[in-house]
Amino acid sequence: MAIGVKVLERPRGTTSYFRATLKGMALTFRHLIDTEKVTLEYPDEKPELSPRWRGTHRMEVHADGRPKCVACGLCPTICPANCIRLVPGEDDQGNRYPVVYEIDEFRCIFCGMCQEVCPVEAIHVGQDYENAEYTRERFVYDLDRLMAQDHPVTELWDPSDPLGQ
Amino acid sequence: MHEIGALSPTAWLIASILKIVVAFTTVMITVAYMTLLERKIAGWIQDRYGPNRVGPSGIMQPLADGLKNIMKEETLPKNAARFFFVLAPMIAIIPALVTFAVVPVAAPLPTPWGLVDMVIADVPVGILFILALSGLGAYGLVLAGWSSFNKYAFLGGLRASAQLVSYEVGLGLSLIPVIMIAGNVTLTQVVWTQQGELGLWLALPLGLSFFLFIVSAFAETSRLPFDMPEAESELVAGYHSEYSAMKFSMFMIAEFSHMLTASMLMATLFFGGWDIPFWKGDDMVVVAPGVVQGAEPAVWKTLLTYAVFAAKTMVFVFIYMWVRWTLPRFRYDQIMDLGWKVLFEVALAFIILIGATMLILDKIGIEYGPVYGLILTAVNVVAMAIFFWVVDRDRVISGASARRGWRKERRGGFTPIIPGETAPRRPTAVEPEAEPAFAQAGAE
Repeated sequence: MAIGVKVLERPRGTTSYFRATLKGMALTFRHLIDTEKVTLEYPDEKPELSPRWRGTHRMEVHADGRPKCVACGLCPTICPANCIRLVPGEDDQGNRYPVVYEIDEFRCIFCGMCQEVCPVEAIHVGQDYENAEYTRERFVYDLDRLMAQDHPVTELWDPSDPLGQ
Repeated sequence: MHEIGALSPTAWLIASILKIVVAFTTVMITVAYMTLLERKIAGWIQDRYGPNRVGPSGIMQPLADGLKNIMKEETLPKNAARFFFVLAPMIAIIPALVTFAVVPVAAPLPTPWGLVDMVIADVPVGILFILALSGLGAYGLVLAGWSSFNKYAFLGGLRASAQLVSYEVGLGLSLIPVIMIAGNVTLTQVVWTQQGELGLWLALPLGLSFFLFIVSAFAETSRLPFDMPEAESELVAGYHSEYSAMKFSMFMIAEFSHMLTASMLMATLFFGGWDIPFWKGDDMVVVAPGVVQGAEPAVWKTLLTYAVFAAKTMVFVFIYMWVRWTLPRFRYDQIMDLGWKVLFEVALAFIILIGATMLILDKIGIEYGPVYGLILTAVNVVAMAIFFWVVDRDRVISGASARRGWRKERRGGFTPIIPGETAPRRPTAVEPEAEPAFAQAGAE
């Protein structure tokens, strides 16, 4: 051979080719008739998510429909991917609220820091993964969309202790 | 002898056209469902379900695949040789679909207009016709690889040319004993030999030939473990890397129909064709137009023998797929070694052996019949035992664990490696001088 190919001397008598082939065929045949399958039939059968699974975001809502967010600006500050856009506003009583609150789910790395840092437990990452869209623009979730999400949230946040006290 | 009466020229023409249409449709549908079967078997062997979304348990999957392939975009590489690029799939598919013409699929069918034999064209050169046409299939692969202007496709085409041409030799030589025993190359005569004259399926007296044939046929159809032209882990998709949509589909149809032809040939040449074992009622042969020798033909016999033939063929199709999902791919030089250094010689030696045995049997005056066949079977069993014993001891491919014991064995006495025990290290030329740096760091 023109190029240096390392040719190994083959062991003889210890292993065989035909017998090994037949053994392999027997093994595959046993699997062929085995009725136990490992397939998870996805759309019919959903995988069980870890309680700490971090998926697309969700904004918690007050009973009267306002977002819980107080536009403190911590989440856009902590966000390592810089995917949160927040424009704060203030109403007549001096309550702060988000005028614009957008999360670009494409830029998001789902680290969950926004949820950890939020002082009023408003923004959460959720246990959700079915978020296909037809356009890239649709992946920028605005405030209404975040408030409309209804999937369970990640259990970094303990529901029995909402303020983390 | 049963006189059914020959077909008139017009009836013959109509019958032939009908047979062509029916055979072509059956083959195309079978090929479509073979793609599904292959994926199903792949799934089952890997503990999955296989395709099961389209229709009940995936039964409509081939339709969906076909629709997809028709609707997809046809791509043409910028620098491809356009004419040959378009021509290649056609060259691949035509020989694959023509070879069915000479395979007898069932017992002759008596009709009010005369006797219809269940083979499209009972050409006198049967086996040679199939060998010639399946050899042509290689051109499609080579041309596809050549014209694609893609180095992977080119390598695939190159491999296809070498492999298919090499294994053509083994394929042809493994069939010589069949021709010697049958004394004829017409497939209907080969079937008649097995049911009537010899009374034995040729797999018994010619088992070694059958083994060589099945190996060569795997290589000829470029199926795993011999799928060097495709070799998706090395060559993207080999010769059809640049093909999409229907052109790609034509290569697939060609491959699967080659597989079907090879399975039909295995059934016909070595396993009695449409013969039902241990039953004399279907032993018949057309000796002249409209004249049948042996049992009386009947419509139900035709249907029954057809079912038996289909079942036999499907067994071999299944073995094809079963082997595909069991064995890993050969290395290229191993394929060439196997073809030229094992199959070629063994086939030649077996021809000499069978030829000599037949000569001796003829000289001492043993009548051509079951006894004759059984003596050949005994010779074949001995030949097979020697072949498997030698090859099994000599051509070994082993994992690294077995190799560890081998050095020791050569120095004297093989000690098996007990799991859990530290295996003796193979002596290396250069002993490592110092511990690796990270090991020292870890110790401190």
